[in-house]
Amino acid sequence: MADTALEHLKANGRIVVVGASLAGLRGAETLREKGFKGSLTMIGDEPYQPYDRPPLSKQALLGMGTAERTELPRRRDIEAEWRLGVAASGLDMAARRVKLADGDEVPYDRLLIATGVRARPWPNPAEAELDGVYVLRTRDDGAALARRFDEGPRRVLVIGAGFTGSEIASACRERGLEVTVAERADAPLVGALGGVIGAVAAELHRENGVDLRTGIMVTALEGDSTNRVRAAHFSDGTTLECDVVVVSLGAQRNTDWLSGSGLGAGPRGIACDAGCRAFDIRGIVTDDIFVAGDVARSPHPLFGYQFLSLEHWGNAVSQAETAAHNMLSESTERRPHIWVPAFWSSQFGVSIKSVGVPSMGTEIMITQGSRAERRFTGVYGYQGRVIGAVTFDNSRWLQFYQQQIETTAPFPPPFPTVDRRPEGQKPLPADFPDPSLPTHGPTVTLSGYSPADRRLTFTPAGH
Amino acid sequence: MKQGILSDILDYANRANPYPLYAELRKTPVFHDGDGPYVISTYHHIQSLLHDPRLSSDARNLAANAGDPLAGAEDEGAAALPPSFLKLDPPEHDRLRRMTNRPFGPPHSPHRVDDMRGFLHTTVTGLIDNLGDPERIDLVDQFAYPFPVTMICRLLGVPREDEARFHVWADTLAASLDPDPDADPKEREKKTHDARMELGMYLAGLIEERRKNPGEDMLSQLAVGHGQDETMSTMELLSTAALLLIAGHETTVNLITNGMLTLLRNPDVLQQLRETPDLAVPLVEELLRFEPPVQLLPQRTPLVDIEVGGVTIPKGSSMWLILASGNRDPHRFENPDRFDPYRKDIQHLGLGSGIHSCFGAPLARLEAQLALTELVRRLENPRLVEDPPPYRQNAVLRGPRHLRITCDGVRPA
Repeated sequence: MADTALEHLKANGRIVVVGASLAGLRGAETLREKGFKGSLTMIGDEPYQPYDRPPLSKQALLGMGTAERTELPRRRDIEAEWRLGVAASGLDMAARRVKLADGDEVPYDRLLIATGVRARPWPNPAEAELDGVYVLRTRDDGAALARRFDEGPRRVLVIGAGFTGSEIASACRERGLEVTVAERADAPLVGALGGVIGAVAAELHRENGVDLRTGIMVTALEGDSTNRVRAAHFSDGTTLECDVVVVSLGAQRNTDWLSGSGLGAGPRGIACDAGCRAFDIRGIVTDDIFVAGDVARSPHPLFGYQFLSLEHWGNAVSQAETAAHNMLSESTERRPHIWVPAFWSSQFGVSIKSVGVPSMGTEIMITQGSRAERRFTGVYGYQGRVIGAVTFDNSRWLQFYQQQIETTAPFPPPFPTVDRRPEGQKPLPADFPDPSLPTHGPTVTLSGYSPADRRLTFTPAGH
Repeated sequence: MKQGILSDILDYANRANPYPLYAELRKTPVFHDGDGPYVISTYHHIQSLLHDPRLSSDARNLAANAGDPLAGAEDEGAAALPPSFLKLDPPEHDRLRRMTNRPFGPPHSPHRVDDMRGFLHTTVTGLIDNLGDPERIDLVDQFAYPFPVTMICRLLGVPREDEARFHVWADTLAASLDPDPDADPKEREKKTHDARMELGMYLAGLIEERRKNPGEDMLSQLAVGHGQDETMSTMELLSTAALLLIAGHETTVNLITNGMLTLLRNPDVLQQLRETPDLAVPLVEELLRFEPPVQLLPQRTPLVDIEVGGVTIPKGSSMWLILASGNRDPHRFENPDRFDPYRKDIQHLGLGSGIHSCFGAPLARLEAQLALTELVRRLENPRLVEDPPPYRQNAVLRGPRHLRITCDGVRPA
């Protein structure tokens, strides 16, 4: 019986993918590759086919290639019906229908949600509307910001020194633009990599001519009579004149449209099992709704079954492939998504990569190279095991440390390595900020232990 | 060194086809016999060891009794030239490789290799034009050797006319990499030492000239530096230049020759390449998997006891990583003994992996792609005169010594 239903789904079923994103596209391609012959609908709120985001904060801002030219390469034809430029606005789980903002409804037999995240906006809407105030998440954001940089602003202010904010600052310096970075924490990147590495990042900023201000908040943005931003006010009472402001305060998960649907969706994402099947708000797994990419939060056995949300490119691809596979598989054929988090960034000429979940680490040991040379490997420890690693211009060793994480190897590493320096002889406190204090946020979100996390029920979507 | 399968692999009689022996070896993924080296032959073990920071490439970390016939190879020569970055660990390795890369590749010299295309093409065309009697071609002597030599000379700024001089030193130094069981170690050490010394003196003279009259070549740029705060000592520079000169042609000659041999053994693929020159790119990748010019890395040693596949390898042991065996591991590649340029999954070990992965890879790839495309385009109905061809003695840098072919004619360029 089950076989028949699955065969029927493959031959004649209706699959809807919400989110014309990297995860959405790779999911759709995998569905076709696995022999799905039915109807496939791709829904995206932007008017574009799926595109790649990493170049938006790197090459595009440097004028090396434009934001408009970052289409994702296609693995195969997906023969989809595209509903672009219209957002999904609701979900009727009982009737199996996705509601669209234009009033239309799309029925499905299986649904893949890959709606990702959006940039966290500047909290004061009037100030956010000022001409010259930007966020950077979408292709339109990237194109607008690149155009503004082309005009040669006198000073750029970047609010938030996470990975994106740091990359923007790096691009400014490479283009010879004056840039100030304001960060609430004591150093850049601390949310993701902790204070030990944050100190290295701070030196990188300053050596490259960034006016880095830490332990500070921007309290207000001020416009001129033409409503163009002209200055920013800081919590220490100072004022900075600037004509471009990039708000880089991390991301919010696109789950608002699921509010009231009964799906286990909230500000921290959509809870799902390791097979990418979404939970409803009662903690019961659904059979026909799957999630993938930045918006998903799934339990990971390597990290204590914590529910992880990962804003990582590779995770989006891998999770979408797994979700698509499972959508078309019998229960015994389903695969878990147990990807080891991996992340890269490029800033100030340094290639930064990480694996595992550094932000779970309480200690760090510099096992190779030296922080002073900006060329090193840092290994994060948590309760006596290796939980994450970061490299600055040292990524060829990273695979080894990934194996250490996968095999729950002991921390501190009890063996010598090539290029061990005196500073790598003993662990240091990793120095992560208190997670209850908001910063720009890490790219890995740890969000509780239990699928039945009761807060899901009570947290209204959109905070 | 006379024990069983290892001596079989080193035995010249098996040079033409060592792959069945590798298959045998993979049954014991970590092979160790008596006081010989620990031999690693499976893909995943090799791959992870190449990224393992507990493994050193520096012979000074070998235990005195490590059982490596190559262990002393450079000790004598140390007085002449320090070890090249191939045989160093970070941070020295990283520093030297980084400085060497500055005039060679991105980010500082992104166009160096690509800008050589025109010269590559002219050289290939000229060599094919001069093949002479189409019924009597030795592809090694007439093409596969002179081509990369001309390229590396041009790149480094070494006079092509000096080829006869450094050819002898290069041969000796390439042979020093080979664990030839029959060679007298003392005699070999002396020859290696002398060759390194003479090559060093020769390069020192060239570098002196380049310092006075710098050109656009890599030697000039390495000698003059780039106003960076890092500089190479003269000895480091000599050692690096020697490495580039030798590695720059002793490997590519085999890649091209193995490539042509493989194509002649697979006439359908040869025909496909002739019809679709773009096939050269994936074809060369498959070639690097199928017949890698560097068959094994005989120079690794653990800094601490490590466990590989359930076997504890003691600190200071000699380890050999058989890249060519990993490339044919059926646990990694489907149908590994089949030459298939359309293979999708092609993460081979042919250029190594990790920090010591082939420095000259972009140039080697381009040379092989161009050489094979032009050969199949211009040679009419090429055929092997003998199969297998005679091989070089070397088991590490493995390839035919001669590749005698015949064809119905050479098409005009």
